[in-house]
Amino acid sequence: MIINVARKELKSMFASPMGWVILSLLMFAFGTQYLNGVNDYFAVMSGAMRPAERTGVTQFVGQSVYGLASFIMLFAVPLLSMRLISEERRSQTLPFLFSAPLSLTEIVVGKFLGLVAFLSVLIVFIGAMLSTLNIWSDVDFGFLLANSFGLLLMVAGFAALGIYFSSLTQQPVIAAILTFIALFALMMLDRFFAGDPNNILGSLALMRHFQSFSNGLIDTADVVYFILFAVTFLTLTVRRLDADRLRG
Amino acid sequence: MNNFTVEAIELTRLYGGREAVSNVSFTLSKGEVLGFLGPNGAGKSTTMKMLTGNLAPSNGSVKICGIDMMENPKEAKALIGYLPEMRPLYKELTVDEYLTMAARLHRVSSKHIKQAVETAKERCGLGHMSKRLIENLSNGYQQRVGIAQAIIHRPMVVILDEPTVGLDPIQIRDIRALIREVGKEHSVIISTHILPEVEMVCDQVQIIDKGKLVFNGSIDVLKRQRVGNKLLVGMRNAPNANDLLNIAGVAEAENLPNGLMRVRFEDGAAPAETIVQTAVQQGWGLYQIAPDQTSLEDVFMQLTYQEQAA
Repeated sequence: MIINVARKELKSMFASPMGWVILSLLMFAFGTQYLNGVNDYFAVMSGAMRPAERTGVTQFVGQSVYGLASFIMLFAVPLLSMRLISEERRSQTLPFLFSAPLSLTEIVVGKFLGLVAFLSVLIVFIGAMLSTLNIWSDVDFGFLLANSFGLLLMVAGFAALGIYFSSLTQQPVIAAILTFIALFALMMLDRFFAGDPNNILGSLALMRHFQSFSNGLIDTADVVYFILFAVTFLTLTVRRLDADRLRG
Repeated sequence: MNNFTVEAIELTRLYGGREAVSNVSFTLSKGEVLGFLGPNGAGKSTTMKMLTGNLAPSNGSVKICGIDMMENPKEAKALIGYLPEMRPLYKELTVDEYLTMAARLHRVSSKHIKQAVETAKERCGLGHMSKRLIENLSNGYQQRVGIAQAIIHRPMVVILDEPTVGLDPIQIRDIRALIREVGKEHSVIISTHILPEVEMVCDQVQIIDKGKLVFNGSIDVLKRQRVGNKLLVGMRNAPNANDLLNIAGVAEAENLPNGLMRVRFEDGAAPAETIVQTAVQQGWGLYQIAPDQTSLEDVFMQLTYQEQAA
């Protein structure tokens, strides 16, 4: 049943030109970054004489593309997640889902998976794009895998937060702004506690946990962080919707 | 073993301490159409939301075919088709896409989805609208899509909140025929404030006012009251009300404008014939005599008014 809710979300996303436009614009940005990365690689490496300065092409290009991707997702996810519940609330279509034989968890998780599936199309495309380097070089696929996985987890966290804010309001735009501010604050946390690496609040920062993935390392602590992050906000969303049913 | 399709037991719903619905109990059997009547804000929609699990009752419980809505919401909801007051349509989808999605969400097996969509469209007269975006449909057609969505999985209980609002007279006739048809196999609950509609399609009537059930019974009881004990008599030279009271069986007479008189007679009496005879003898110029047609509205007014006075 979760799959059916996810399919419904994907259908609405692709029913309007919005979904396609967002996908193509983002791919355009990543593609440009990729091209620049390859060009820069030649420029930088031709100047790097000592072996210590030389890095692989996967890491060089990959880091710049995934770095941009994680930054752009900060803007893209709130714009995509804002409609998920607030729009249904505004157009009063929620009873359609509530009176279907679905639990609230199924509805929320379905919507979440629909959005993550949409975003993972981008992640797969980025991976495919970087894999084309393999034609004339040896690509470190492990590095790509770790980055893609990390990006997927991070985007899932963003999406869960976005759905929660979307469930709080009837206005999609307000949901988008709130999500963006919250995500931005979580990003910035790292900066505030830069001087104190052991601070607990500092370790809540999203980017710090993406760091190891972007170096090609899958750290279970970071995996768990993102999973907990997503589960927390999905649970809060379910509770918010349940409160609707109870308080009306 | 009872075969009630819907059982509402002492449903109560509080909104910030105010009782929007209080102690509403009723049952509905298979093959019955229940009409829910009441003025605005009486609690019709709130009751329907509780029946469909969209709103948790503050007290009491709902059972659909014996399955408790609180304990097994998924199983209970699978037996219900619901059209809320505000149509829950995804306007960016086409009619086919939307109905397919509705069928899938209501657990119609993938083999039968196509068939279910076709049947629902046919029953609601949507055949030629399949590929149109819901957004571009007229109000009436959107309403039909809403109804199609509620009956697509052939639920045991169909709950329609004001299904004929915004439809033209021909569409209203079609929808009423559809409700009667659905009502033969399943149970239907509709809410409305159009009285004749209730009389046309419903077997059972409930009148709800200020959250309380003020009338619950078969439509025949209401109809009997409607045919009632009143006559509307039109006379060119209308006599004094007292002259009519002298006729045996007349309990009350009231002068209305245009020489009309409303005559209420005692239970069991049938003074129509005598009235006609007297009118002819006295030369009152009788031109009309008919059962008083407004009495269903009167009943409704009485029931809701008494409640206010109490």
